[in-house]
Amino acid sequence: MKRYAPYIVFALMAVLPFLGLSTYVMHILILMLMWSVIGMAWNLLGGYCGQVSFGHAAFFGVGAYTAGILYFKGGVSAWWGIPLSIPILVVEALIIGFICLRLRGPFFALATLAMGEVFRVTAENLRNFTQGTLGIMLKERTWVEKTWYYYIILGLSLFTFLVVRKVIQSRLGYYFVAIREDQDAAESLGINTTLYKTIALCLSAVLTGLAGAFYTNYMGYIDPEVVFALHDISIVTIMVVMVGGVATFWGPVVGAVIMVILAEFIRSLPRLGSAHQTLFGILLILIIIFLPNGIVGDFSKLKRIFGFGRRS
Amino acid sequence: MDSVALEVLLQTLISGLLLGGLYALIGIGMTLIMGVMKIINLAHGELMMVAMYMAYWLFVLFHIDPYVSVLIVAPLMFLFGMAIQKFLINPVLKVESILPENQVILTVGIGMVLANLATIFFTSDYRSTPVDYASDAWYLSDYWRGSPIELSLSVPWTVSFVMAVIITIALWFFLSKTDTGKSIRATAQDIDAALLMGVNVERMRLITFGLGAALVGAAGCLFIPIYYLYPALGGRFTLIAFVITILGGLGSTVGAIIGGLLLGIFESLTATYIGMGWAPVGRFAIFILALIFLPGGVASLLRRRRLGG
Amino acid sequence: MTALLEVRGVSRFFGGLAAVMDVSFTVNKGEIVALIGPNGAGKTTLFNVINGFYKPSQGEIFFKGKRISGMKPHQICRLGIARTFQVVKPLQRMTVLDNVIASAFLRTKSRSEAEKKALEILKFTELYDDRDMISKGLPLGKRKRLEIARALATEPELLLLDESFAGLNPTELNKSIEIVKKIRESGITILIIEHHMKVIMSISDRIVVLNYGEKIAEGTPEEIANNPLVIEAYLGEAQDA
Repeated sequence: MKRYAPYIVFALMAVLPFLGLSTYVMHILILMLMWSVIGMAWNLLGGYCGQVSFGHAAFFGVGAYTAGILYFKGGVSAWWGIPLSIPILVVEALIIGFICLRLRGPFFALATLAMGEVFRVTAENLRNFTQGTLGIMLKERTWVEKTWYYYIILGLSLFTFLVVRKVIQSRLGYYFVAIREDQDAAESLGINTTLYKTIALCLSAVLTGLAGAFYTNYMGYIDPEVVFALHDISIVTIMVVMVGGVATFWGPVVGAVIMVILAEFIRSLPRLGSAHQTLFGILLILIIIFLPNGIVGDFSKLKRIFGFGRRS
Repeated sequence: MDSVALEVLLQTLISGLLLGGLYALIGIGMTLIMGVMKIINLAHGELMMVAMYMAYWLFVLFHIDPYVSVLIVAPLMFLFGMAIQKFLINPVLKVESILPENQVILTVGIGMVLANLATIFFTSDYRSTPVDYASDAWYLSDYWRGSPIELSLSVPWTVSFVMAVIITIALWFFLSKTDTGKSIRATAQDIDAALLMGVNVERMRLITFGLGAALVGAAGCLFIPIYYLYPALGGRFTLIAFVITILGGLGSTVGAIIGGLLLGIFESLTATYIGMGWAPVGRFAIFILALIFLPGGVASLLRRRRLGG
Repeated sequence: MTALLEVRGVSRFFGGLAAVMDVSFTVNKGEIVALIGPNGAGKTTLFNVINGFYKPSQGEIFFKGKRISGMKPHQICRLGIARTFQVVKPLQRMTVLDNVIASAFLRTKSRSEAEKKALEILKFTELYDDRDMISKGLPLGKRKRLEIARALATEPELLLLDESFAGLNPTELNKSIEIVKKIRESGITILIIEHHMKVIMSISDRIVVLNYGEKIAEGTPEEIANNPLVIEAYLGEAQDA
């Protein structure tokens, strides 16, 4: 039954557009799916392999800019960004991995954070190539309706879910978790930790970048401040996974749903709208202190707390 | 090299050195916290931002000179740092979770809250503190008539630099001569041994976080006369502090000083010869080069020399 | 007899201090060789050099005639040297079975094969009943045995055991000794670090003694027990205690 759960959930989601949902609701659903792709991708590297990246915006942004530059400089549809960003993202991940993966724990985290900023600043300064802070605007959108965008991102997230599950249940998954739990032990048990960390990083980078390429097509406008954002991309990615549940299959999906709803809700509040980062920050702090393994990871704990509350 | 080019180079080196002295102060605070707590404080720059707003308002409301307000702001930041340690970081140190990076993520959360609250209360406007000596400078030709080249030393930059040096020396004195300072160093070197020697590790952590915050707070006051102020500036300085710590060698105070100076000079060179917008890229380039070629930072070079191994 | 492992003039310095100094010895196929010496004698450092965590500052190490010094730990493990850690390093949040599966993957193609092998090894090391336990929750004796099980799953020809008996109660100790003997019977050569002198004397074929990083003696248990240098450096200390 558990095996088929993703197919059932995604089949149900495929029916949703037939309910005649408003454009706004469709937009929210698309954002949730996009964030669940990014979250699942991050989780592969951070949750399972234990390499916490603070710089996933570097991959999201490069995916987005590949699509944008193909359109702007290459004169082809930005959708080509989805297949063509893959080799670029692999090369990017190899370079970042070569530099950062030699560091452990929090130092890896910060090195990736710095890399994310390097990419943002570079995109801002390479004006001939990226238009700098002006950003890139798609003059014509593929569809006015949201339905097709929805199906594309739905397909991408199902694909991501299945890839992650396949990987985690294979030899790779065992190696990833072994590396997370104890890198020295893993190495002495014959696991080439550098190689497998690099594989995890490449997979995670490609999946994140695909979401970025989708973003360009869907939103029709990108600039470095948005797609390479430290807080609004890299940190929110971590929050999606932390809220939902680190190292769980469904955690990033649950986290994406909650974070997107929360972000929209906070933004809609008349006075608190500008305080959304404060509220996110407080939420992050509370989650870390009280639900360190997220809603899915600490589900039994949540049930216990609330179940107990009801009885007494 | 003609005299103009030489002038530009020397002037660039001077301003790099002055900037580096302030960077060193920021880096020392971060490296202290890293050494004792084994965590990276990603709210470090935001703490500096908070201190800068304090100094700014002290100046605007009570006309207290930023250099004087160090004496008010640093103690306040000390208390603020201790409060963060006691009520937020300490509880998380005890939480069991899959990712030990939780503590780092926590400091990110704290930084986000601080930056956002500053935006709400003070708007995201750029502010500068109109001290009347802001554009004063000493010129080489005033002291040496026949000088073939002209160099200038900005008064506030120089004063800030000198104060940063004084604070660093005071800190060195505290760490090496007082009992509390020695206990902090013992905790940084080996927690278990420190516990056995009867050091109150929990208290040392509180003091260290307070001290780190006070140092970066002091740096904030020194930056106020020479820099403008806006809520998002924290993130930038957090990164700078982190780059310095990597460059200097994790947890090494001397390394942080050298790292700060190196970074200041390097940034100043990039800004002059490549372009203002690329200064941050220069910062990261040096950071990446350090990661690849000097993984232990400057401190590892020092250590190698000393032990001759 | 052919030398399976040859340590040739190996030194390891840390910032000018020698943790291991010009140590040479060989381990022959099928032997149990013990590495003993007082605390800080450099035994674990030597293991770390053999297993590839540290590169030797001087000297070379050969395994089956192939030079392994300078290789990465995972390459050395693939060649057939597995080790356990003095401070046990289980993959904490994985079950006992998953711990062993993770290392069984080194020599197996599929998950089912790896699982089959892991289960065999868990029976061999008498951990089968605990296979679904999260390894963090195991008592020390079983965690030490899990270390051995994990190492065995990589199908080593040479097994490095770092104080696998320390801190065990008498029942656990006997069980572990039985397992080590069974391992040797299955054809695996063992190099073992141990403090427990009775165990050492009873199971090892030869003993190498380190003191302050240098080899001070080598020989059969009887020879070692009667060697005045050893008595002074090691047994003397043990008797004082």
